[in-house]
Amino acid sequence: MDVEKLIIKEEKVQRLRIRGNNTFNLDSIDLKILEALQEDARQTYTTMGKRLGIAHSTVYDRIKKMENYGIIKKYMALIDCEKAGAKHIIAIMTIYTDPKESEKVAEKLCACTQVLEVYTSLSEELQIIAKVVAESQESLHEFIANSIAPLPGVLRIRTSIVTKKFKENQPIIINNYRNLTVAKENGDKGNKV
Amino acid sequence: MDESKPRITKAVPRERAFYFFTSIGNYTGKSAASLEEFLEKIKEVSAKSLEFHFYRGDFEKWFIEVLQDEELAEEFKKLYTLNLFGETLRDQLCHVVSVHLKRLTEI
Repeated sequence: MDVEKLIIKEEKVQRLRIRGNNTFNLDSIDLKILEALQEDARQTYTTMGKRLGIAHSTVYDRIKKMENYGIIKKYMALIDCEKAGAKHIIAIMTIYTDPKESEKVAEKLCACTQVLEVYTSLSEELQIIAKVVAESQESLHEFIANSIAPLPGVLRIRTSIVTKKFKENQPIIINNYRNLTVAKENGDKGNKV
Repeated sequence: MDESKPRITKAVPRERAFYFFTSIGNYTGKSAASLEEFLEKIKEVSAKSLEFHFYRGDFEKWFIEVLQDEELAEEFKKLYTLNLFGETLRDQLCHVVSVHLKRLTEI
């Protein structure tokens, strides 16, 4: 079967699956493929297939399926910014918010290019935790003072500037695949994995 | 907004308010959108916050750029030479602002 037919067949299968059932369970092969991709996303289907003891067409099918379901969001390079000569600072912001406004605050943060990651957390109070990048301490302060502090619902902010990075990696997917169910979604909201 | 008040003593939109921090990125949750509110807040915030903003020149910048009050900015600049910290700084800032505010509201 040539590639074009395979893609058409895959698309038909996907459409049927999406229409029939909005979720599916990842099995051990899917998880192994994800692990292999997290190690090296540029390896070929054939290499991956040989390593995992499955056909390259199976690898292709599974990857396409996971792409379509949004389990694989995108492929990107992990850049060592220091070696690339980029001068910037990274800070972790903890934003204490009024619970009624926290969703809106998180959405606003997501829209800022300086904000790399946004999470919510509940300890004693509702918090939003965000990773921010800035050119300097001064520009970090300007950004927080002019763009974050004035947002309705922001009660106070604690910021820690990262002084040294010991490890940075993508999370490795958990092995308990039997409990792992992923819903088909267009956005990034709340995939419970 | 009260049109009868002099421009300097009017409230500014919330996004142009003064936001009190204690250090880079650490927001206290207190802000002031007018000179009157500013006076209230400098009585409440920690002395650490006052020192942080005072010696960065943030207060003067806000007086000039937002309130368009160059006179008050000049009054604050005069305090630099006194090398004030803690509650002494608070007392001086409160005194300067309240005298200035009183003068403005009497105009």
